[in-house]
Amino acid sequence: MAASTNGTEYKIIGTRPIRHDGVDKVTGRAKYGADYTFPGMLFGKVLRSPHAHALIKSINTEKARALPGVKAIVTSADLPKLADKMEAAGEQAINLNHLSMNILARGKVLYDGHAVAAVAATSGHIADEALRLIEVEYEVLPPVMLVDDAMKPGAPILLDSLRNKEDGPDQQTNVAAHMQFKRGDVNEGFKQADYIIEREFKTAMVHQGYIEPHNAVGIYNADGHATIYCSTQGTFVVRSLTAAVLGISEGKIKVVPAEIGGGFGGKTTVYLEPLSVLLSKLTGSPVKLTMTRAEVLRATGPTSGSTIRCKMGATKDGMLVAGQCWLAYEAGAFPGSPVGAGAMTILSPYNIPNILVDAYDVVVNRPKTAAYRAPGASNAAMASETVVDELAEKCGLDPIEFRLKNASHDGTPQTVGPPFKKIGMIETLEAIKNSEHYKSKLTGPNRGRGVASGFWFNVGLQSSATINVHTDGTVSVVIGSVDIGGTRAAQAMIAAEVLGVDINDVRPVVADTDSIGHTDVTGGSRTCFATGWAVYEAAQDIVRQLKERAAKLWEKKPEEVVFANGMLSPASGNGVKPMSLKELAPRLARTGGPIVGRATINARGVGPAFATTLVDLEVDPDTGKVQILRVTVAQDVGKAIHPAYVEGQMQGGTAQGIGWALNEEYFYDDKGILRNTGLLDYRMPTCLDLPAMETIMVEVPTPGHPLGVRGVGEVPIVPPPAAVANAIYRATGVRMLELPMSPPRLLKAMLKKRAASDSQAAAAD
Amino acid sequence: MHAINYESPKTIDEAVKLLAAHGEKARPLSGGTDLLIQLRAGTRRPDFVVDIKHIADLCKISFSAQHGLSLGAAVPCLEIHENPHLRRHYPGLTEAAHLIGSLQIQSRATVGGNLCNGSPAADTTPALIALGAMARIAGPGGERTVPVEGFCLSPGRTVLKPGELLVEFQIPAPAKYSSDAYLRFIPRNEMDIAVVGVGVALTLDPANDHVVAARIALGAVGPTPIFATQAVQALVGKKLDDAAIANAGTLAIAAATPIDDMRGTAEYRRHVVGVLTRRALAIAATRAKASA
Repeated sequence: MAASTNGTEYKIIGTRPIRHDGVDKVTGRAKYGADYTFPGMLFGKVLRSPHAHALIKSINTEKARALPGVKAIVTSADLPKLADKMEAAGEQAINLNHLSMNILARGKVLYDGHAVAAVAATSGHIADEALRLIEVEYEVLPPVMLVDDAMKPGAPILLDSLRNKEDGPDQQTNVAAHMQFKRGDVNEGFKQADYIIEREFKTAMVHQGYIEPHNAVGIYNADGHATIYCSTQGTFVVRSLTAAVLGISEGKIKVVPAEIGGGFGGKTTVYLEPLSVLLSKLTGSPVKLTMTRAEVLRATGPTSGSTIRCKMGATKDGMLVAGQCWLAYEAGAFPGSPVGAGAMTILSPYNIPNILVDAYDVVVNRPKTAAYRAPGASNAAMASETVVDELAEKCGLDPIEFRLKNASHDGTPQTVGPPFKKIGMIETLEAIKNSEHYKSKLTGPNRGRGVASGFWFNVGLQSSATINVHTDGTVSVVIGSVDIGGTRAAQAMIAAEVLGVDINDVRPVVADTDSIGHTDVTGGSRTCFATGWAVYEAAQDIVRQLKERAAKLWEKKPEEVVFANGMLSPASGNGVKPMSLKELAPRLARTGGPIVGRATINARGVGPAFATTLVDLEVDPDTGKVQILRVTVAQDVGKAIHPAYVEGQMQGGTAQGIGWALNEEYFYDDKGILRNTGLLDYRMPTCLDLPAMETIMVEVPTPGHPLGVRGVGEVPIVPPPAAVANAIYRATGVRMLELPMSPPRLLKAMLKKRAASDSQAAAAD
Repeated sequence: MHAINYESPKTIDEAVKLLAAHGEKARPLSGGTDLLIQLRAGTRRPDFVVDIKHIADLCKISFSAQHGLSLGAAVPCLEIHENPHLRRHYPGLTEAAHLIGSLQIQSRATVGGNLCNGSPAADTTPALIALGAMARIAGPGGERTVPVEGFCLSPGRTVLKPGELLVEFQIPAPAKYSSDAYLRFIPRNEMDIAVVGVGVALTLDPANDHVVAARIALGAVGPTPIFATQAVQALVGKKLDDAAIANAGTLAIAAATPIDDMRGTAEYRRHVVGVLTRRALAIAATRAKASA
């Protein structure tokens, strides 16, 4: 029996069964998006802009259409012009007009790789050759690539109609929005401070780096119905966005989820799906589109590069009294960066009486950003957690002690206003403080140890679940949440726990949009929390019905039947043999027919997540190359349903955070052309770049959730960049204020520091 | 991708005939680890691909302590790395061959292809230059031999004329008390491309640690791999002490002409040329002393 920290003993929750989708995946049978194929299927390719910013003067498709094997070519002229209307799309709202303009450029291209036209042909090679024959006449405009430049007066304007409230209706701008969050009086707060640290940080645009490129097969039927097979984090969002972009009713589209080769937030919108349906409609054939790696990097949504100024003040005894932050994030070509989330997370790990946070969403000639694991929070934490580290040093306090003195806890007001409920920030700090890693001594030259914490909201949103009981006593759990991190196994475990059946007697199924009720994206760390809650309720629905059936057999009232430890028995036992679900299942036909459990939920009371990460590293003093030696992450996971997959999330988020810290960045040339369009030069860490990552799961159950689940997927990516920066400082004496902390940047900073101390030494002589 | 014709000749003569017949429209295919990517990306669009892996003479390694090494242009990198004679006598070259991509890539990729691709960042090229390798070229007008340092002209361009084929490398027999080393800098620990590569070969006088002969070559710090002659001249005849090594590093930096790009700044690359030259010289010296 697995031990539980919240007083409940579980049989299955907290154990580590083999995942139900494991055999298909290790034997290669699992079907990913690109694996789908249909008779008569055509292959689509997308023509992309070679310019960062240009007017489209004309598009001539005549020669391409004449190429044998080419069946259809579409441009934005084939899409309905949409109004600037916001549509809910999972965690974020999307402007449908901008979405349409991103799928096929309308009159203007806004980034290198912006889609201009799409071709369907009898083979991918013919489609590729057709792209070369499409003649596009451009009038090249000056691009603006960086957030600081885009905010300057006189900067090239991306969107003619973009306005913001402050500059008014007559002023063209690249600043789509300004948000402000305030508490107390920050000027008064800084007056109380003995130490004030203010720094400016820059972070580079980075991509999620999921291994599977985007893909879609669209099949448009003569009856006006369409089916889309694709790899996505949210089938229902694909359905609604595709319907909106094409101007068809969403009930006429069915989206079938493929297995997904990673998403990390990047597969919560549409790129190819509307094109596949449109090309299928024009040709009458199924049309498959798959992106190359270069297309993924050039034209799908990375997360924002940013400029962040962070000023914090503390008293001599180490109490934070004021925090003021200014954040500007690159949204890409259309508004919608995660700067709001950055602003709301940047100071949230701490109880600071006086805060003022300003946030700016800014368009630049880069691909439209999409969600990426705790969107906006890693950039923000790089700034605040570095400043906190500096303040701790000023106060002469251990960085964990300083954080503990100021840590947010139950009742601390959040940046957005309402106080936190039950949270585990302090518990993660204590866990690191008490870890063998923190107690161990780090020895050797050029080595340093750094710590940082991070916060993420998590979300609830809508989920549906259905459970079917089969006559052999097995059950299938039908959900609409695409499985990215092992959530199918977790859902099966929740059902098995409630129903008292063996985990291998549960078959979890991710259904298409016609076969399950609305379910929001697999994102926002919501799947185990919200869909798990729906599964829990659906299982309770089964239990209720089982009691009715047993009551019928025993000629009792349902309320006279007890269900405990997987066994049905009469409340007052009089020699009746208790019965399991397995024993009752064959008798369903004779007691009223099949049993289907169902539940839908719009989950409230989401539990926010905190993590603290500890990093040991060594810096090559001659080259600036960083080798990560040891990493431990402590995270409040609420209640770990399947601990191995919770640890997997913690390790995966940490790995991505370290990649973001050290080497990942979009590298554009002076014309705004992306130079590193492959994984050779977009440098994610390989397994030789990371040690085995140690995890400490802290379980502070989310109040209100039947199992205490807290989202775990996102927050582990928040602390690593700052933890690495703080460790680099201890190894080298250099405070890095820019991401990535790649060897050239770090070496430059180290040489500068050495030159400065040499000249100081010379002056002292 | 456009349609291509594939030919797989069995002899050098046949290959040269095919290449000569199609001129600029033909491209030899060795391991394909560069060419296939270029075909897919559309950066090269040959109409004829001539696979040279089925020509026995191009796939041979022959080594003798007297005559040195003849290395077929189509020998895969992994075979080089796994050859015990080569590992013993040319450790720098085998290291370079073993740094390219993954094991899967090394099983396909060849040293000849690495050179003919014309990339200044090719890992095996500085190692070959350091060893004084000569490239034997077959062509419609007969054979010629070119020192490897003279093979590349600019990124993607080499001395090969239409119809010509790189056949093998001839590498001198290792002198007594000599060895080589190749180091490259990459920001990660594998699966990466050189930001800077440095190959060195050294022959020492065991009596006094004086440098009898030396060669230093640099990768990824100019439009072609660079033979750092001044750094070499400054070493020969000198005792290989810290000052001499530091001086060689400084002269190697002077030979580099790097640019700023996504792999590193010019300033950074110059600095790392110095670091790697010093480190590679120290390694080669240790090996040379141990070789006797």
